[in-house]
Amino acid sequence: MSVDAENVKKIARLARLDVPEERLEPLAKELNDLLGWIEQLNEVDVGGVEPMTSAVETQIHLRSDEVTDGNIRDKVLANAPKSEEGFFVVPKSVE
Amino acid sequence: MFTATRIADKKDWISGATGDWEIIIGLEIHAQVASKAKLFSGSSTEFGSEPNSQVSLVDAAMPGMLPVLNEFCVEQAIRTGFGLNAEINLFSRFDRKNYFYPDLPQGYQISQLYHPIVGEGEIEVDVDGADTIKVGIERLHLEQDAGKSIHDLDPNSTYVDLNRCGVALMEIVSKPDMRSSAEAAGYVKKIRSLVRYLETCDGDMEKGNLRADVNISVRKPGGELGTRCEIKNVNSMRFIAQAIEYEARRQIDIIESGGKIDQETRLFNADTGKTRTMRSKEDAHDYRYFPCPDLLPVKLSQEYVNSIKAALPELPDAKRARFVAEYGLSAYDAGVLVSDREKSAYYEAVAKGNDKKLAANWVINEVFGKLNKENIEIENSPVSAKANNSIVKMITDKTISGKIAKQVFEICWNEGGDPVKIVDERGLKQVTDTGAIEAMIDEIIAANPEQAAKVKDKPKTLGWFVGQVMQKSGGKANPQAVNQLLRSKLL
Repeated sequence: MSVDAENVKKIARLARLDVPEERLEPLAKELNDLLGWIEQLNEVDVGGVEPMTSAVETQIHLRSDEVTDGNIRDKVLANAPKSEEGFFVVPKSVE
Repeated sequence: MFTATRIADKKDWISGATGDWEIIIGLEIHAQVASKAKLFSGSSTEFGSEPNSQVSLVDAAMPGMLPVLNEFCVEQAIRTGFGLNAEINLFSRFDRKNYFYPDLPQGYQISQLYHPIVGEGEIEVDVDGADTIKVGIERLHLEQDAGKSIHDLDPNSTYVDLNRCGVALMEIVSKPDMRSSAEAAGYVKKIRSLVRYLETCDGDMEKGNLRADVNISVRKPGGELGTRCEIKNVNSMRFIAQAIEYEARRQIDIIESGGKIDQETRLFNADTGKTRTMRSKEDAHDYRYFPCPDLLPVKLSQEYVNSIKAALPELPDAKRARFVAEYGLSAYDAGVLVSDREKSAYYEAVAKGNDKKLAANWVINEVFGKLNKENIEIENSPVSAKANNSIVKMITDKTISGKIAKQVFEICWNEGGDPVKIVDERGLKQVTDTGAIEAMIDEIIAANPEQAAKVKDKPKTLGWFVGQVMQKSGGKANPQAVNQLLRSKLL
């Protein structure tokens, strides 16, 4: 598997990253180097090995259905560039 | 891979310029879990609160915050899975579905793509109260809801409220097993009924607590599957039907004029009844799913799943079968009574200690009839099930006639009160005293000697006398007694 400048451009757009045109080729090369290392891992035979989901063998922690949080609107809105009447205000997001 | 083996009933075919077509429909229903707190945080799910007042730092996706799964939501997903006769997966896992939108501050939705908690199932669906079809369930998975964007408060800005952000949803994906808008509506009704019986979701479509995305394609009957379009967030039974009719016709017109259907997401406009492109193909979302590293897989024990199964309430199909087998009701009547949890509970309360068939007729014709006419939900019925139980009891033991019973019901509806007292105080008790009835009959015969003489030749005219007696008694004479006495006197 390898990526080219076009792929990098698309991935950047999906991730809302502003990648300048001249960085596309170098980034594609860097990513290909990374993918190359990952491909080396394919040489290891992992047949019959369960995928590891955690470094420690443990169960998922569950929470009971109780309201224990919220009512912190000021904190939630503190970093918003713009807010009004308790709402976040953002540029129009529909046409 | 989806296949669609069943061919639509001919009555559901749509004729086009090149011949008949059938519609292939699959639905994705989003049902909000009836939990107090959100799927991964401890903030409240209550509807209609002040904007952003029910948002924790987890919901707002502040850096470093970690999701912790709500056990109740897991349980409700399993319960619903049993309702769908589906396989419960002892291993499931959460994935991130990546996309950017202002009402999703994480930049991804936590969902379950690769390992959903519930697998394949199948339910029976009533279509227009006549046919029954089987609809396959592909999966049910848990995921987070997004916040709410309000676009009409300002011409240049969108206002975002994250109160709904992170609320638990069960996404129920059907197989493409429906062939008409009536079948799709029947399916949504059944799912709504099931989650309400199970109390896993309140099914309130007006609040958006149960909403559907509709996948539609068209094909020549039994032919190759066509390209499908997805219609987003259609939030009433009527709109689902409208969207399907419009979209099927649109696709047929495009294909028949030599065009090609683009696989795309479309939006239904309730004002025009039309659908329009929401996302163009070029901008199609590439969600780049991957397992959510913040959450360990959910591993359930068989004992836990069994204990949930053991605690399930009686579901509509089983209840209907019981009403038919034990109460002797018709399948149709039983179907009407079990269609809704509140309705069936109401009926059972009316039928308690009474004749089951009489109670069923009474509830369906009088109570449901009046509620429909006045457009009132059963929960808000002015006449309680207990009051109706008394009325039916009085019909059964012949305290009142069926006709008077309707009067008593009207009085209870308009003025309230205890039916037994009403009958007592207003002197509505049926006259079964044959002496009193006989006296009335003699009086009427004496006043109409010519009519009385005719009855021997024309037995049908006896009905006129029955009417006279009933009128004279104010509807309180026992009709059987009146008939019997008149027959013995005039025939």
